[in-house]
Amino acid sequence: MRSKVPPTPSGMYPRGGLLRRRETAFAWALILPSFVFIGVIIFYPMGLSLRLSLFQVDLTRRGAGTPFVGLANYIDILKSGYFWSSVGRTAYFTVVSIAIEMVLGLFIALLLNEKFRGRSILRSLLLLPWALPITVDAIMWKWIFNANYGAFNALLQQLGLIEKYQPWLTRPWSAMHCVIAADVWKVTPLVALLLLAGLQTIPRELYEAAEVDGAGWFRSLWKITIPLLGPTMTVVLVLRTLDAFRVFDIVYVMTQGGPANATKVISFLTYQEAFKFLHFSRGAALSYLITLIVAVLALLYTRAMKRQIEY
Amino acid sequence: MGLRRRRIVRSIIIGVFSVLLAFLLLAPPAWLFISSIADLKDLLRIPLRWIPENPSFSRYAGILFGQGPESEFRKIMANSLYVATFVTVICVALGVLAAYAFSRLRFPGKDRVLFILLFSYMLPPIAVIIPLYQMFSNLKMLDTKEALILVYSAILVPFVIWMMRTYFDTIPRDLEDAAKIDGCTHLQTLFRVILPLSLPGIVATLLFAFLMSWEEFFIALILTSTPQAKTIPVAIAEFSGRHSIDFGMMATGGVLASLPPVFIALFFQKYIIGGLLSGAVKG
Repeated sequence: MRSKVPPTPSGMYPRGGLLRRRETAFAWALILPSFVFIGVIIFYPMGLSLRLSLFQVDLTRRGAGTPFVGLANYIDILKSGYFWSSVGRTAYFTVVSIAIEMVLGLFIALLLNEKFRGRSILRSLLLLPWALPITVDAIMWKWIFNANYGAFNALLQQLGLIEKYQPWLTRPWSAMHCVIAADVWKVTPLVALLLLAGLQTIPRELYEAAEVDGAGWFRSLWKITIPLLGPTMTVVLVLRTLDAFRVFDIVYVMTQGGPANATKVISFLTYQEAFKFLHFSRGAALSYLITLIVAVLALLYTRAMKRQIEY
Repeated sequence: MGLRRRRIVRSIIIGVFSVLLAFLLLAPPAWLFISSIADLKDLLRIPLRWIPENPSFSRYAGILFGQGPESEFRKIMANSLYVATFVTVICVALGVLAAYAFSRLRFPGKDRVLFILLFSYMLPPIAVIIPLYQMFSNLKMLDTKEALILVYSAILVPFVIWMMRTYFDTIPRDLEDAAKIDGCTHLQTLFRVILPLSLPGIVATLLFAFLMSWEEFFIALILTSTPQAKTIPVAIAEFSGRHSIDFGMMATGGVLASLPPVFIALFFQKYIIGGLLSGAVKG
């Protein structure tokens, strides 16, 4: 995410030029308030967090002091099974929800790229799930999947697909997929809007030429749409991965990480360590590991994106 | 003949999928709304009655005008509004100035500073929340709206800078050059030339900042605990965590929490879609 303006090496400036110096001073005067603010509220705590993760601060053991333990917290976590299983769950959630969101989103975008009556109403409707606060999305789906009175059970039963109401959110496998459903409903419309914008930049003549050459709908989709949509899809993929990997709100509201830890994703695990069990140091170490994973993902993606753009 | 048949097939396919899509988008929120006006008896009936027998808005009246325990939710809504408004004003005021510097001025270290700002926006909030909790605890600022305002503003400033810088970059420089020739200073060109031209960008940024602080959950969950400072998302999550849930009340809270963002999304559709496409994506 470099700036679009080519970097200007400081050597380019006439040394000591009064105008240049005034411009620099003015620029810093404009930036400084934001910078100080972010420094105090984000970067200073980042440093404290790092420090915390190297000590043993445990509010459940008041008398034990807070000894320096080096990387012990990190090693403990990396050796533990619960950390890796929650990374696995997070990865599963991320991959499955994003795969569904991309495929459905592309499909909806293709639909809305056609000209028909009611198209603009549908496009406005796409903003509805996006606008709903994520916690509202979560209680809504929790209520729909309710084991005793839920609309999902009622619908399936009245259609004759199930005989008895099912406890969707208290069975491990289905709970994870209910959480995924809540995420997919909220996010797919946004993906569709972004892909639609990408579709609209593809010149119609390409499709017309393909049609003249006798290419069918699927062939055009595969040979024209998807390759040309590549950069847009990569951007969406990056943003979605970074978001999905940090999923917390819907898990907190819908399942609290349960049943039997089936939905205990990594940010929920960290929350529990720090604010339920009050193991502040271990929580801080975990949060650093999450940040590391997110940063690596971001880096890999920016690389991939650059390669795509170079194509 | 073949062409006509293909057209008919095409409109049938489009028709079927449009209806299906509209249903999938509308049905869940519609059910939330129905749950908020239905009698609890109707909601707990098996087989379920989809259209309530005696719909009533009494729960809304209870929250908005009542004096009972449900009036607490009204106070919480006011908190959310207060926090979101202040955050929006603060981060847009700070961010616009910095964005101007990044877009128009040349100074050493510019790219590096911009990168650091963006990095801070990508950090997961969980990475800073533990020390922030301790800091605010030491300052006796836990469970205050001011703590939330500070944290949200700091998180959103980089976002505002990024969005506004992208917007400023699209404004041709000729106009400013003309203003400078007329003797305007940098600050004057910013306020008299650039800001008026960037109104759509500013509006979009304001809306995004408002929406993001309106729905933020994680930080509010940790830094607030009583109706003194609690925001709507926290109250909503609590609704669903109670042992004996009043589903109707929960749904009413959900609808009330969604009304401002939904209205914003519909009324300012153009700005919002434009903002989304310019690379700013609300999670």
